[in-house]
Amino acid sequence: MTETVFVVGIDGSDAGERALAFAKERAKAVGNCTLVLCYVIEWSPFSFQTKEENEMRHKRREEEISLAHSRVLDPAVVATADDDVSVIGVVKHGDVAEILDGLAKKHGAAQIFVGRVGIRGLKERVFGGVTGRLVASASVPVTIIP
Amino acid sequence: MKNLLIAVMLAVLTPLAAFAQDASLDDKINDAFASSTGWFVSLIFSPLPFDVAGSSFPWIVMWLVIGATVFTIYFGLVQLRAFGHAISLVKGDYSDPNDAGEVSHFQALATALSGTVGLGNIAGVAVAVSIGGPGATFWMILAGLLGMASKFTECTLGVKYRNEYDDGSVSGGPMYYMTKGFAERGLPGGKVLAVLFAIFCIFGSLGGGNMFQANQAHAQISGIVGDYPGWITGVIFAIVVFLVIVGGIKSIARVTEKVVPFMGIMYVLVALIILLVNYDKIGWAFGQIFAGAFTGLGVAGGFVGALIQGFKRAAFSNEAGVGSAAIAHSAVRTKEPVTEGVVSLLEPFIDTVVICTMTALVITISGVLVVDPATGNYVLNEAGSAIQTIDGSSGVQLTSAAFATGFSWFPYVLAIAVILFAFSTMISWSYYGLKAWTYLVGEGAAKELTFKIIFCLFVIIGAAAKLGAVIDFSDAMIFAMAVVNITALYFLMPVVKAEMNSYFARLKSGEIVKHK
Repeated sequence: MTETVFVVGIDGSDAGERALAFAKERAKAVGNCTLVLCYVIEWSPFSFQTKEENEMRHKRREEEISLAHSRVLDPAVVATADDDVSVIGVVKHGDVAEILDGLAKKHGAAQIFVGRVGIRGLKERVFGGVTGRLVASASVPVTIIP
Repeated sequence: MKNLLIAVMLAVLTPLAAFAQDASLDDKINDAFASSTGWFVSLIFSPLPFDVAGSSFPWIVMWLVIGATVFTIYFGLVQLRAFGHAISLVKGDYSDPNDAGEVSHFQALATALSGTVGLGNIAGVAVAVSIGGPGATFWMILAGLLGMASKFTECTLGVKYRNEYDDGSVSGGPMYYMTKGFAERGLPGGKVLAVLFAIFCIFGSLGGGNMFQANQAHAQISGIVGDYPGWITGVIFAIVVFLVIVGGIKSIARVTEKVVPFMGIMYVLVALIILLVNYDKIGWAFGQIFAGAFTGLGVAGGFVGALIQGFKRAAFSNEAGVGSAAIAHSAVRTKEPVTEGVVSLLEPFIDTVVICTMTALVITISGVLVVDPATGNYVLNEAGSAIQTIDGSSGVQLTSAAFATGFSWFPYVLAIAVILFAFSTMISWSYYGLKAWTYLVGEGAAKELTFKIIFCLFVIIGAAAKLGAVIDFSDAMIFAMAVVNITALYFLMPVVKAEMNSYFARLKSGEIVKHK
């Protein structure tokens, strides 16, 4: 039986937790399943920064990655892994929709699970929220947990 | 803590500002500066011992032209060959997704540009065109194109020889490539050049990067709201600069970083609209630019006058060869120093070839320069030093008047743009000055604070006093940076060539791959 991969987006929120719990349930039901948990740090290479920010950027990036691991990702990986499901944890910088779909492609995932993120501001009303963009652009089925 | 710092700052600065406003003190400072530094200014701007086409020619202009030409030839027209690749790099086509979150090429370019796009593009071009005629534009564009090779050289070296510290921060720039690069090649004198460069850079940052900006910003504000004491502008600017560079109020800097590119784009768009509305005159304007470039069309100094103005203002505006950009670009964490050099060559292109040319075309087309209908030549002012303008304005006011022929409201937008540009240039140069300062005196919170406070004091002096001699001196300092920097670039250019050849060979062979 071939291995099935699910990509799960987590962000430390309750919705993310629910998405992870739901994905784990599915994974157990499917059997021989790997969950790729991903925490995305929102980042655009086209934002404007000051010279001091540029100078300290590398250090900040390392700090952001280590915080994401220690506060959200590593506890989630530990809590999720058991005999039936194997778990990989990834932290990435970039656009959430792009990163999750990229991971799905890379691991040949069957599905992406995310928690629903409410529309937060004017920008998202105009350009669509993260989940909306993910649904619009994903190459595999996306399950959104309310 | 921040409030305490601000209170102390205000207590120190207010009496000092009032003092600086004192006319007799202005005169004293002027006289003291002129007598102690005049020799340096004369040395930097002294003419060549022989006349060029019947006119005297400052050697420093020749120095910049020769430098840029040598780099252009030595690197085989890298500005043309690598132009497309530069755009791919900025778009992120070659960025490794695993490095996401580090400073991108786009961010490095945008940050460096926010330091160079400014008064040079608005006031400097107006000065060049009013003194040198539209023909100055031709030489300015040529200087911009040649300057791309100088930028490529210095920014590649800046990244290659930067210092990376244990805490992950980086420091780079001419000081570092002079010491480390010279030592690596077994050449003597690297340390001497580095110290000289750092000294000139500190004075350049206090002068052209600070006092001149504060002075012009005050001139612009008082032009709109009416005349009032300069120290008021100075104190306000000093407080905001203080909040950003000492208080670490990043939000102000971040707002500036966002608004400045927006202003730059808006400036170009408005210029384009004016040009489109007057599309029938564009051919004529280019005709004036080409004819003026070789005949001068009656301006003082003939075509040499046009050439000197064009080259001088291009250098002021895009800072190619000055070495400042190498400091800004060295923060990028790339495995290939050449990529940063390639990206940086877009800077003189955007700054000079695009933005400065827009200003020059609008001034030429708007008809603010007075032409003698009988001869077709430009009419000089009474002193014979510059072309007569319809309302007698010069500098920023001339650009303002030219844009107002298209959009009557534009002078207000331009005034805001000038103030923001001046502010962002100050913030940029405070960073360059600080890097030079810490190179000389060492890193440390107290040492850095000392420089930052000195920097803020100079904002007030710059806005309050009319210090012609001080400004001459600071301009001379920025050119002095170029003397030291280009000297070092000549010795280190083989290093850049080896890097460049290796990089482009790997790019061609497919070893360096696109990620998008």
